[in-house]
Amino acid sequence: MSRRRGTHVAAVPRSLAGDAWRDLRRSPLFLTSAAIILVLIAMAAVPSLFTDVDPRACDLAHSREAPSGSAWFGYDLQGCDMYSRTIYGARASILVGVLTTLVIAVVGSVVGMVAGFHGGRLDALLSRLTDLFFAVPMLLGAVMVLATFPSAVGTPAWQTIGKVVLALGILGWTTVARLMRSTVIQVKQSDYVQAARGLGAGAGRILLRHVLPNAMAPVVVYSTIILGVFVVLEATLSFLGIGLQAPVISWGTAISEARSYIRQSPHMLLFPGAFLSVTVLAFIMLGDAVRDAFDPRLR
Amino acid sequence: MTRYVVQRLGQMVPVVIGTTFLIYALVWSLPGDPFAAKCGDRPCPPTYVARMTAEYNLDDPLPLAYLQYMGNLFTGDFGQTFAGVPIADELLQRYPITLKLTVLAILVELVIGVAAGVLAGIRRGGFLDNLVLVSTLVVVSIPVFVLGMLAQVTFGVRLGWFPVTSDGTLYSLVLPAIVLGSLSLAFVARLVRANLVENLRTDYVRTAVAKGLTRQRVIGVHTLRNSLIPVVTFVGADFGGLLGGAVVVEGIFNIPGVGNMIFRGINAHEGATVTAAVTVLVLVFLFVNLLVDLLYAVLDPRIRHV
Repeated sequence: MSRRRGTHVAAVPRSLAGDAWRDLRRSPLFLTSAAIILVLIAMAAVPSLFTDVDPRACDLAHSREAPSGSAWFGYDLQGCDMYSRTIYGARASILVGVLTTLVIAVVGSVVGMVAGFHGGRLDALLSRLTDLFFAVPMLLGAVMVLATFPSAVGTPAWQTIGKVVLALGILGWTTVARLMRSTVIQVKQSDYVQAARGLGAGAGRILLRHVLPNAMAPVVVYSTIILGVFVVLEATLSFLGIGLQAPVISWGTAISEARSYIRQSPHMLLFPGAFLSVTVLAFIMLGDAVRDAFDPRLR
Repeated sequence: MTRYVVQRLGQMVPVVIGTTFLIYALVWSLPGDPFAAKCGDRPCPPTYVARMTAEYNLDDPLPLAYLQYMGNLFTGDFGQTFAGVPIADELLQRYPITLKLTVLAILVELVIGVAAGVLAGIRRGGFLDNLVLVSTLVVVSIPVFVLGMLAQVTFGVRLGWFPVTSDGTLYSLVLPAIVLGSLSLAFVARLVRANLVENLRTDYVRTAVAKGLTRQRVIGVHTLRNSLIPVVTFVGADFGGLLGGAVVVEGIFNIPGVGNMIFRGINAHEGATVTAAVTVLVLVFLFVNLLVDLLYAVLDPRIRHV
């Protein structure tokens, strides 16, 4: 690595992504948040690395017991080990955050690209459609969708998670579409797109090979920032009782359960609440770092 | 100005029609049984299904059913709760409280957010700047329902400074409003800071300084006024988030507003009540955004002439 940084490479032009990556590697904000997120991802992928207690092995005799040497985070209402349940809870939050972000990035990009690239009446139609979805506040809209199609206690985990992802995704894609549309309109007038068109490239090839790579940056930045928001929204919906539900283990439901016992057993709120906050903080910090790296105006 | 107002009102019409159609379609005509979840854990009684089918015209084709639904909305008929009480009556009782709560929250947001943003912005990179940036980051990452429960226990139960639950009086709404306002306080602070920093570099500020104006006047009058325009837009857009947050906060503090109605409706699995109340909040949100746009034109003369 150090040899490549030598003087003879300095003149080689870097792409925006390469430039951003070079900046990111040196940003303490990025390194801290990336480290936290890596730990969280490991937690979500292989929770047994962090605990060997089964989160579903509960003993009512331990109900709401305070933290102790044998159970660091204490026990919840059902007498399940809070530490284990908090670790296992990471999976649902990360999964909802990542999946929803993927959904809105793909849907928004496609809509925005088609509108911006095609222009004319199709653009007008798609833009008005975007305005409509944009006008419904995300939490209220998701509450409505999930209140119409709630999950019962017995619903399989993937279905419960899928519903939350869809409910958030239905209203979440609009900003990506707007961002994508405006960058595509800028990019499509550039010389290299004209050149590609002159050489006889089709619309699909121009979009995928020339427009998309150069219009990605704002979407990437927005997606990183919004991921944390989706984690909060999922937890809020679960707290309200229409997001994730048993058998899915999640921080939102744990906090919701703590509501009635917060005076006697504050540990039931403290640990899932702290994990949730740290996760959100990490994604916000990551979003800030990525935005600084991709936005040359701030340099 | 009049032309601008008329133009904006004209743009509102398709948005209101489209949004209500979107909501109606989401609730009543997505594939699946619309009554699967509207009566709690048991299946809906046939009489209820018949009543709702008639009330929402579910046997008619979607466009026709929607038109009839719109007609009902405009005549103030928002449907009935599961118990048969008109939702409009309940809403009428509850909305002033939610309005008070959100207005208080916006005040909290503006007063603390603008002050923090100005303190941070006038000395960019200084101690206060970093303090504000870090503390706003921490506040923004604690979800509003966690913050609400912590505040309730700390300031309500332990210290006894505020009532634990709310009866709708102004004082009992202060703590919930602070919790609700903290949701976007950080964004206001950052927005003010960023705009202040940018505006402090402009020519008109340099002119003001060169004229020999005091620092207070340069920042307080010349720079701040221009830096506040984006904040107005933000508050308008954020109002939707506040209404969503009101569902959570009113649930936690047991405030008898519209949000609480939604909160209870969710817990009782009364889908129809929830959707009717949410529809009203969305309409309020659209209306507030219209007001904000008009206010924007008053603040920034450049907008009017576009």
